Amino acid sequence: MGHLLANIDLTFLIASVVKIVFLTFLVILPMVAYSVYAERRFSAVIQDRVGPNRTGIPLTLFGFKKDIQILGIGGLTQPMADGIKFLLKEDFTPKSVNAFYYWLAPCLTMVPALMTCVVLPFGSELRLSDLNGLLSWLGLPGFSTVPVPSVIADLSVGPLYTFAIASLGVYGIVIAGWASNSKYPFLGGVRASAQMISYELSLGLSIIPVLMVFGELNLAKMSIYQDANGWLLLPLWGEGLSWARWALWIPMGLSFCIFVVAMFAETNRLPFDMAECETELVAGYHTEYSSMKFALFFLGEYAAMIIGSGLAVTLFLGGWSIPFGPLIGLGYAAGDTPLWLGLLHIGVFLVKIVAFILFFILIRWTLPRFRFDQLMKLGWMVMFELALFNVLLTALLMWLIPLK
Amino acid sequence: MATIFVKRPKLAWHESFFLSTFAKGLKITLGHALKTFLEITGKKEKVTMEYPEQKWDKHLPEYYRGAPALVTDEQDRERCVSCQLCEFICPPKAIRITPGEIPSDDPWAKVEKRPKEFDIDMTRCIYCGMCEEVCPEQAIYLRKDYAITGESRAELMHDKAKLYQIGGKRVGLVNKWNELK
Repeated sequence: MGHLLANIDLTFLIASVVKIVFLTFLVILPMVAYSVYAERRFSAVIQDRVGPNRTGIPLTLFGFKKDIQILGIGGLTQPMADGIKFLLKEDFTPKSVNAFYYWLAPCLTMVPALMTCVVLPFGSELRLSDLNGLLSWLGLPGFSTVPVPSVIADLSVGPLYTFAIASLGVYGIVIAGWASNSKYPFLGGVRASAQMISYELSLGLSIIPVLMVFGELNLAKMSIYQDANGWLLLPLWGEGLSWARWALWIPMGLSFCIFVVAMFAETNRLPFDMAECETELVAGYHTEYSSMKFALFFLGEYAAMIIGSGLAVTLFLGGWSIPFGPLIGLGYAAGDTPLWLGLLHIGVFLVKIVAFILFFILIRWTLPRFRFDQLMKLGWMVMFELALFNVLLTALLMWLIPLK
Repeated sequence: MATIFVKRPKLAWHESFFLSTFAKGLKITLGHALKTFLEITGKKEKVTMEYPEQKWDKHLPEYYRGAPALVTDEQDRERCVSCQLCEFICPPKAIRITPGEIPSDDPWAKVEKRPKEFDIDMTRCIYCGMCEEVCPEQAIYLRKDYAITGESRAELMHDKAKLYQIGGKRVGLVNKWNELK
């Protein structure tokens, strides 16, 4: 036992726990809450409304003259109000449901969505030894000079792991639809399963050209490569300025389009939200759910959206890398990246994800919903073939104009 | 022919592949988003108001029909003589009057009648203004109050005291009871 304990790398363990807590509870969950707010506010301005602008810090309760409205737009504490509302509502379980699966389904939606975030490189690396001066002044022991990588699990099968776990998310929806013992949730669940299985195919095929270009499956190394040699969709520095990379720009763009469309379908977002289309199925698979169980579905959907955006950003838009980073001295150098630059990289990654989520929301309020047969036709007869053709095209281009 | 055959529009290739239509849709939504955002942040003039903070009361027209109320004349005499015309004409039957006699020692004894009770059920009132139109004594008027709220049904039953409180004194009307006879 003692031998076993001595073999555990305590620093690694503590660093991992800190990273998990930071990423899930301090980044993903607040981001989920605020993307719901952003959705409501953005959809409101698109439809010429104002949106939720009433919640503020209620200082009037304590005798102040005015409530605080952060940034003057108001409503920025709306997610807190929503959360409290969800927690305080009655958690109602209908009599006719299959109780075990009814309770299991929300967890099965939420857990895979959060699990996939472990492989996302949310920053380059943090050289904590930069803080040693401050720590020794405080009389505390310093950090070792080995930088901490800003990724929870540096797997060498990143995208595969993400797809494997993300596909488990469909179980949550199907089980919810089945366990509810009601026709609308059932139809929603059936539609969701058909749709997610069809689009998983083009989702997986669309990134094969990307993996061919990178020649590996490690998301962190992909980000490092893009930082040094230009993003896949913005090859403007480093090796990106070669004929080979520019010829590959076309299949990469195609790949990006297929990936984004398939991701919309995977996360049940609007042009493809067959699983919960309000006009036909009341609310789809979560019709019978209330309170925090409903909130878990909601959180799972938005968390999947954030992780999906993170994956798209990492694969195609350079992950945490700053555009023209190496040219302006903000590039990554292994073991030689100062702490502030590491933090800046995390910030850049989050900014890219936020931009992507806003794009998600904009699309939702722009495009009308597909009919179910159109959805299947698009998935099987256009996207699938396009993705296959894209693999061939990339292979051909890489053979004609070799990289490096 | 009653039947109209609508021809399906022929889509160009870029339209059927969602390319140009997609861009067009984005242009519309983003345009609306930008316009409304500028309005919210005050960079552009708003066309709407945020109700409880901002009100349109100053712009209410003269003929605005809000809550009905009873009025008194210059000598604080109740103008209503409880003829019950308003009660009979009221389409939703919101008005209920119990007539009462004016005692003979009252200075206005010659008016003979005034309402003992005058109730308007504001949960029924439809603000049509027929009571005002039919009143021969110019005693009932629709005021500009529109936010009639209450926490119970009883609160929305406006009795005589409440109606006079809303109506108050109204001067400059015909005073036929002032003449000596």
